[in-house]
Amino acid sequence: MYKIAVLGDYASIYGFATLGLDIYPVSSSQEGEKTLRKLAEGEYAVIYITEALAADIEKEIERYKERLLPAIILIPGVYGNTGAGVRGVSKCVEQAVGSDILFGEE
Amino acid sequence: MAKTQVNPTRMELTRLKKKLVTATRGHKLLKDKRDELMRQFLDLARENMELRKKVEAGILSANRNFVIAKAGMSEETLNTALMAAKQEVYLETGSKNIMSVDIPVFEYKTRTADENDIYSYGFAFTSCDLDDAVKSLAEVLPDMLKLAETEKACKLMAAEIEKTRRRVNALEHVIIPETQKNIKYITMKLDENERSTQIRLMKVKDMMLEEAHQYSAKQSGFEVTVE
Repeated sequence: MYKIAVLGDYASIYGFATLGLDIYPVSSSQEGEKTLRKLAEGEYAVIYITEALAADIEKEIERYKERLLPAIILIPGVYGNTGAGVRGVSKCVEQAVGSDILFGEE
Repeated sequence: MAKTQVNPTRMELTRLKKKLVTATRGHKLLKDKRDELMRQFLDLARENMELRKKVEAGILSANRNFVIAKAGMSEETLNTALMAAKQEVYLETGSKNIMSVDIPVFEYKTRTADENDIYSYGFAFTSCDLDDAVKSLAEVLPDMLKLAETEKACKLMAAEIEKTRRRVNALEHVIIPETQKNIKYITMKLDENERSTQIRLMKVKDMMLEEAHQYSAKQSGFEVTVE
């Protein structure tokens, strides 16, 4: 039985606690890195992470890319959407096809 | 000619011929795998993008609602209201195999069946904006989970497609042409050897006949006695 975690700055994620997701507010990228590592080894199958934090700890996220679990998913924070999530999908297509043929014109 | 040194022997030739057959067959299979993976991946990527846009819009509006709720009440009340969650979400995970790529399947379960358990507070001291905010976030959750599933699948498939593509290209542009070249080289070499053996034999035969009958001496008009 797995659980779901939400990682990011407190203001962006406190709402998820009411839904029954576990929230892990972090304030610095080092702390975020450490928490992510701990969560990924633990009982979490899905980890939502704010785009702002994800931009700082890209390397750590990259490590879990090839693994089946956990799925690390970017979500926009309260300070606005940086577009990193959409860019991630485009990058994925680019990796597979060689160039972004689906969303390139957007 | 052949880049690497190959032994021009019949055994090597048989080995290379077998290798070529395997490589050609492998190339065809991998190409088919790549095409099918690509087809499925493109569908998945489209779905992924759609979900992502939906989720991002949902979270954005939920965040807006939370800000409004926060404005209508004190920070302490808000924190107290959200401190102890009533609801809990569990995930049941499985895996699905698409063209030899394992992708995760999530099924989520809540601790209580009552969907109103997302409100972890009494309604007396909180503003109704908070209820709206929590509700709007709860509505995004199923899509968020679906997004997690699709996005992870997309990433895993993209990696697999890249790998398969490289293998196909390596077979098509390196291994198969090289084996063909080597086979040609060995065939030529063997043919050449055979011809040279033939010529040598003919030459030896000529020499032996010459010795026995002494044709050249006869031609020049001398009387020759043959024993």
